[in-house]
Amino acid sequence: MKKNKTIPELIWQFFSSVKLAVYTLVLLASTSIIGTIILQNGTPQQYLREYGEAVYNVIKVFNIDDMYRAWWFLALLVILCINIVVCSIERLSITWKIIFPKKIKFNPDRFRKQKNLESFSVDKDAPTLFNDYESFLSKTIGKVIKEDTATGTTMVAETGRWTRIGVYVVHLSIILLLVGALIGSLFGFKANLNLDEGATSDTAFIAKKRVSINMGFSIRCNDFNVKFYDTGAPEEFKSNLTIIENGKESFTKDIRVNHPLRYKGINIFQSSYGSGKPDRVVFDIIRLSDKSVTKQSIKIGEEIQLPADQGLFKLQGFLQNYDFRGNNLGEAFIGKITFKDDKEIQIAIPLEFPTFDKMRKGAFAFVVKDYEKKYYTGLQITKDPGVWYVYLGFILMIIGCWVTFFMSHQSIFIEIEKTDGNSSKISVSGTTNRNNQGMKLKIKKIVKKLKDI
Amino acid sequence: MNSSLALSSATFIYALASVFYIGSFSFKKQSLAKIGFMVLVLGFLDNTLGIILRWIESYQMGYGHAPFANMYESLVFFSWTVAILYIFVELKYKESIIGVFATPLVFLAIAYASLSPDISSQITPLIPALKSNWLIAHVIACFLGYAGFAVAFGFSIMYFVKPNNPDAPTIFAKLPSVEIIDELTYQMVVFGFLFLTIGIITGAVWANSAWGTYWSWDPKETWSLITWIVYAVFLHLRMMRGWHGKNLALVSIIGFMAVMFTYFGVNFLLSGLHSYG
Repeated sequence: MKKNKTIPELIWQFFSSVKLAVYTLVLLASTSIIGTIILQNGTPQQYLREYGEAVYNVIKVFNIDDMYRAWWFLALLVILCINIVVCSIERLSITWKIIFPKKIKFNPDRFRKQKNLESFSVDKDAPTLFNDYESFLSKTIGKVIKEDTATGTTMVAETGRWTRIGVYVVHLSIILLLVGALIGSLFGFKANLNLDEGATSDTAFIAKKRVSINMGFSIRCNDFNVKFYDTGAPEEFKSNLTIIENGKESFTKDIRVNHPLRYKGINIFQSSYGSGKPDRVVFDIIRLSDKSVTKQSIKIGEEIQLPADQGLFKLQGFLQNYDFRGNNLGEAFIGKITFKDDKEIQIAIPLEFPTFDKMRKGAFAFVVKDYEKKYYTGLQITKDPGVWYVYLGFILMIIGCWVTFFMSHQSIFIEIEKTDGNSSKISVSGTTNRNNQGMKLKIKKIVKKLKDI
Repeated sequence: MNSSLALSSATFIYALASVFYIGSFSFKKQSLAKIGFMVLVLGFLDNTLGIILRWIESYQMGYGHAPFANMYESLVFFSWTVAILYIFVELKYKESIIGVFATPLVFLAIAYASLSPDISSQITPLIPALKSNWLIAHVIACFLGYAGFAVAFGFSIMYFVKPNNPDAPTIFAKLPSVEIIDELTYQMVVFGFLFLTIGIITGAVWANSAWGTYWSWDPKETWSLITWIVYAVFLHLRMMRGWHGKNLALVSIIGFMAVMFTYFGVNFLLSGLHSYG
């Protein structure tokens, strides 16, 4: 042992400790709680209202409003990463020779000292027993290595040497997950796009960064449908989308919640919906003087003649929230009447209040009789080139955990010693790198079987 | 026979099983534990029947989904997973006295589901986001994980009630040896850890197929990660730092507190994407 270590050696030593891993994990777990209690990605006003100015300054300094991307949280993840890599290299350099030995050797004394050693005697001679036991071991455990001693014969068979690699697979999987997440956050995006039925767009909006992003192709929403349960909750909603590339229709597909569309590395998800602007409506136009009713179908932007040549009516548009003297009357159509004397007035025809236009006391009153209910579809547009690293990490993590926890490197040892006459003393024991309790049971079972041979 | 009858009778049968186990423990009568085990198996079968009937009823109502859709159904399933895991442990390790630390959990979960006024037992339709085959895999994996941790928690309690002197004049002196408690706790944590891992992963894959992001730091996700980290620390302390006994049992108890917060606390105190679980 050298007394004075160089700085790189000290750094290496720092990162190769399991203690560091434990502390980092405890810090990650405990600080993660903060983000589940304090609102994430809120507006400054929300924080000021909730916590006041002083606390808000602390929140801002430590990026607690977006803590899972804050420098100190990422630093903890980087430390964990280096720690895992250094620890694994350090230990693997030792384990590697055990996992892939040039020649498998064993030390009989180690097995003789095992706590799980069981002995019994049999009235058979050693060579017969050796043949029986060898075929038993090679059938149930693996290849048998034989060694003669002064008093008899020892044999060892082993299985699962490779399973020692399991824990390194788990560590590798964590690195893959973090690398995948890093790639995703550098080269991917998560954006939203609300499309009215019939509308086309090639730009989605990233709410978090307040920027828009061009997808490289256009999406047209041909149709949107929503089905409801009798409780009124939505049962299913789906959009019929057409992808348009370079002005040409590429293909058309339905997407539903949980059934997205993937195209050129971009994923298009059905995430929400809302009511959009209807474009055709049927009005009852009531002439107040004689109560005669004229039914008229009209599109937004269209202009029609009023009955009895009284003037013109133009349907200008549709409002989600029509405000009348401070009261929200909800969805309403907006139109303009031009009388013969060129006088113009603007009128509103709310859907929920059919008598509203009568109160204007004009020559005609408009009532919405029917309209095409239209929706907009809420799409989530994402791109994540790191997702395959993450998925590979997931698979390796499950396999690695399984191997680490439920499989082990086991060696079974049998020693045949010649006692007086024709009988032999048999000793059985085993070693394992984990689950000694299980090994104890296994030795008992093997002894039972050997006695039956 | 309908599901609510099956499940409420299962509640009472589980209560009876707990009473037998506690009786066996208090009066040191092995025979009572044997009866308790049979009653527990009966309750488990009744519980299974209730879940299957509820599944069928949901199809008859036209909703047609696996009974994993709300808090009530999750608690019923939680009881089921803890029961099957404990039955397996008792059969494998032939230790019946430990049932006194596991069966009350089985009873408490299903009793809470049936009796709490905040938990509705109605069969409700699924919202579109939950309609996915991943639902079943995700829920089963998570709850097997929770069950492993719950049983590990029950076993960890034993460290704190067992006297050091095996001849001490207390009923707790009869508990299994420290080696066996240690082994059992470890096995249960390992089982829970593997399934929590699978549960989190299936949840992430599902989220990616439903919303396009495999991880969004939703409170439930974050808390499941916190739980996962606590048990990862447990495993490293045991295997790499040689921790045993009370210190390690304390980590397992902290882990179970995290499980409980992930399961209940997040729903009652925080907001997020998960309707339960």
